[in-house]
Parts: sequence; C-alpha cells; structure tokens
Amino acid sequence: MLEVKNVRKSFGDVPVLCGVELRVEQGEVVSILGPSGSGKTTFLRCLNFLETADEGTMSFDGETFSMNRLHKKDIARLRRKTAFVFQNYNLFLNKTALQNVTEGLTAARKIPKAQAEETGRRALERVGLSDRQDYYPYQLSGGQQQRVAIARALAAEPEIIYFDEPTSALDPELTGEVLEVMRRLAGDGMTMLVVTHEMGFARTVSNKVVFMEDGRVVESGTAAEIFECPREVRTREFLRLTNKTYGEKGESVQ
Amino acid sequence: MINERLLEILADSFWKILLPGLTVTIPLTAVSFTFALIIAVAAALVQFARIKVLRQIARFYIWVFRGTPLLVQLFVVFYGLPNIGILIDPFPAAVLVFSLNEGAYCAETIRAALEAVPSGQLEAGYCVGMSYLQTMRRIILPQAMRTAFPPLSNSLIAMVKDTSLAANITVTEMFMVTQRIVARTWEPLALYMEVGIIYLIFSTVLTRLQRMGEQKLSVHQRQED
Ligand SMILES: Nc1ncnc2c1ncn2[C@@H]1O[C@H](COP(=O)(O)OP(=O)(O)OP(=O)(O)O)[C@@H](O)[C@H]1O
Ligand SMILES: [Mg+2]
Repeated sequence: MLEVKNVRKSFGDVPVLCGVELRVEQGEVVSILGPSGSGKTTFLRCLNFLETADEGTMSFDGETFSMNRLHKKDIARLRRKTAFVFQNYNLFLNKTALQNVTEGLTAARKIPKAQAEETGRRALERVGLSDRQDYYPYQLSGGQQQRVAIARALAAEPEIIYFDEPTSALDPELTGEVLEVMRRLAGDGMTMLVVTHEMGFARTVSNKVVFMEDGRVVESGTAAEIFECPREVRTREFLRLTNKTYGEKGESVQ
Repeated sequence: MINERLLEILADSFWKILLPGLTVTIPLTAVSFTFALIIAVAAALVQFARIKVLRQIARFYIWVFRGTPLLVQLFVVFYGLPNIGILIDPFPAAVLVFSLNEGAYCAETIRAALEAVPSGQLEAGYCVGMSYLQTMRRIILPQAMRTAFPPLSNSLIAMVKDTSLAANITVTEMFMVTQRIVARTWEPLALYMEVGIIYLIFSTVLTRLQRMGEQKLSVHQRQED
C-alpha cells in the first residue's frame, strides 16, 4: 500500500535521513523504534510532506511519486488519504473537540455540516469521548486531547495514519487510554505507522517493527524477530538500554 | 471662581463640543480604524506568508509610517500634496492619514500575534487536508486576532484621542470647536478640561467594550481570574 525508497534529507549539511526504505501493507501496524535524534520524526514528516525530502520515491496505492518534486495538488490529494497524529496533539485551539474532528471534513472535503457532525460524533465515540464533544482543548487532559486528535485522524477515513510518539508527551497514567484506543484501531484493521518508545505496544500490536538509527533502517522484521532475536548489535544494544530505562511498562496496559 | 456665567458657558458648550464628537470624531475614528485594520491584516499576512515583493513593500510602508510623526503626515498630505496638484478635502485627508498611520502600527501587532500561533496549528491544518488559505482563515487568524485584540483596542483608544490632531488640517472636530469657543469666551481652563472629559468618556466606553469583546472572544481560552 505504501512503499518508500531511498528517502534522504539533510538540514543544512547535516544529513538526517540517509536512504530510508519502508513498506507498509494494507491493514498492517508498523512500529518504528530508534534512539532520539535518529530521524524518526523527520521521516514521518517527509511522508506527509511537512518536510520536503531531498530525494526518495513513494508508491502510494499503486501511484509512484518522486518525493522532492511533487505538485501541490498531489500533496493535497495524498494528504487527504492520510492522517497524522502529533506528539503534542496539535488540536485546533480555537475549536471544540467536535469541531476539531469536523473541520477537515467540511473545509477540505466539502462534506455538508450535518453529515460531518454525524461522522465526527461517531469518531469521538470510537475514542470514548462522546461526552466531551463541546469541550475546548484547554478543557481536556493530555490523554483526552490525544484521543480527540486520533478521532480527527479517523474521521477522514484515511488509508493510513501516521503516529509520531503519540504518548510521549503524556503522564504515565494517561498513556494507557491512548494506547488502548490505538490497539482497538489496529484490531479494526486500520493501517498504522507508529513511531513509539512504548516497547509493550510495539511488541504486542505491530505486524512489523523497524529499528532506525542515524537516519538509516538498521533492521526490520516481525515483532518477534526484533524483540526475541535481533540480528544487529545496535538493535540489541538499544533494546537492552530501553528495557532498563522504560522497564516493561507498556506491557501492563494490555 | 465658578460663577453662574461659567456654568452657563460649560453647559452651553457641552453640547456644542459633543455634537462634532458624534458627527466627526467618532465617524473619523470608526472609518479610519476599519481601513487601518484591513491594511494591517494585509500587511501582516504578506509578511507572515513571506510573499516576496509584497513583503518588502509592507516593511517599507511600516517603516515610513511608524517612523514619522502623525502631525507631519497630516501636513504633508493636506498642505503638501496640493503642490503637486493633489487636493484632498480635510475629512478624507484625515481618514487617509489616520488609516495609513494606524495601519502601520496594527500591522506589527497582528504580525506578532500571527507568529505567536504555534506552528503545529498550521501543520495540523495541512494534515487534515486543508490548504494554506483555509487554515489561515479558519485556524490561524482567529487565534491571532484573539491575541491581538487587547493591543488593537489600545490602538483604537489612542486613535480617538489622536483625531484631535485633525484640527490642524481644518477638520472641525471636537478640539477645533473647543478652541473656537475658547477664543470667544476666554475660559481656556474650564473648556479644555471639559473637552478632555468628553474624550475620557469616549475612552471609557471603548474600554468597557474592549472588556466585553475579550470575554466573548476568549471562550476557547483558559480564563485567568
Ligand atoms: N528543522 C530542523 N532543522 C535542523 N535540524 C533538524 C530539524 N528537525 C530535526 N533536525 C535534526 O534532525 C535530527 C533528527 O531529528 P528527529 O526529530 O527526526 O529525531 P527523532 O528520531 O524523532 O528523535 P526523538 O526520538 O527525540 O523524537 C536531529 O539531530 C535534529 O536535531
Ligand atoms: Mg521525534
């Protein structure tokens, strides 16, 4: 469904992505792991053209694009097929929860308001926030804001949702509710590409795990392959260190 | 000191001064400020969006109008331009100068407010499929205008008072009328204080309106109490 090849990106003369490759099949959950600064966020942003890659090809739904030379129209079209969940939620601060969800439907997709609200309410229901539809972002907890952000992503019926560390800005006791929603989406067959530090989530939910370091994919495989018998020294080292820091806290959420 | 004659002058002149306040000062302020806002939003947006040539034009315009005295601008337009064949009536000349002058200040206020909106808001707009313009109109500008509202109200209140400068280009607004009455009655202290009080009333009403406006606009913000 989504395949990118040779994605390269430098900021100034600092190379951040050095030829990243990735494949995501329909209905798959792919987790990207990697140390801080390895380029995970930059990679996701390139996929949604929030950053322009210096090089790289993207195949999406059978169409192939060059990632550094894309028409505005194609970018807009691709963005309407995808959704993005940010680390810091980025809810529209001047809109209520429901308006956050419907904004993209009415403005970008020209869906009539009543129908958009119907879709919006269903999306909020899926993340368990029906009772908060008229709240403004400042009236919601971090976990609730992130769930609204997920509802906003869902409402557009995207073919894939990109998540950039959706729980890292949250207090530990709030990560659970967000991961729970994501687990359910995965169960419903949503295609998801998730940058995460939640080892428990990556291990139990993903079909595939990708380990990135220094702008490269060091290793990728099934969750079992990566977590049980990583081939690369760097992967093993990373897992050993993160287990030490994070423990197995992600596991407790199940 | 306060005798019957003075009280009579004050009561008599109150309406004589208030009338041009209602028919000149307020319209002059309202019209000029409306134009100023339009100019300011445009000048702020072309800078914020980094539109090449327009951005430089906006910078130049702001530089000139913030860097020279309002009174000088009034004189250049009203007394200077006729030299090159451009004659403008007092009131339109005042509107032109006040709009441009105020627009320059408000442009900076709005630009700063636009820049204060977190960049993630624009990106989130893109990610839900909105275009730059859609996101600006629906997300960024409303948030920026909320931030800009108190300083813009400040500018508006300052402008009400600055319209008194229009007396210098023969606009018969409150201050000019007061001067005339003073020339006739020789009661400068009482009359200038009286006109000051009328300005104060106008400012007070605007301050009230500002507070109401802020409350209305701040539904999406944490209320600080
Ligand atoms: N706009 C930018 N300008 C310059 N350098 C940048 C920019 N954005 C990211 N970088 C650099 O690119 C590198 C990769 O950053 P990125 O945010 O992609 O890492 P990450 O893997 O997401 O890290 P983390 O796990 O901490 O979120 C970092 O060294 C960062 O300093
Ligand atoms: Mg990151």
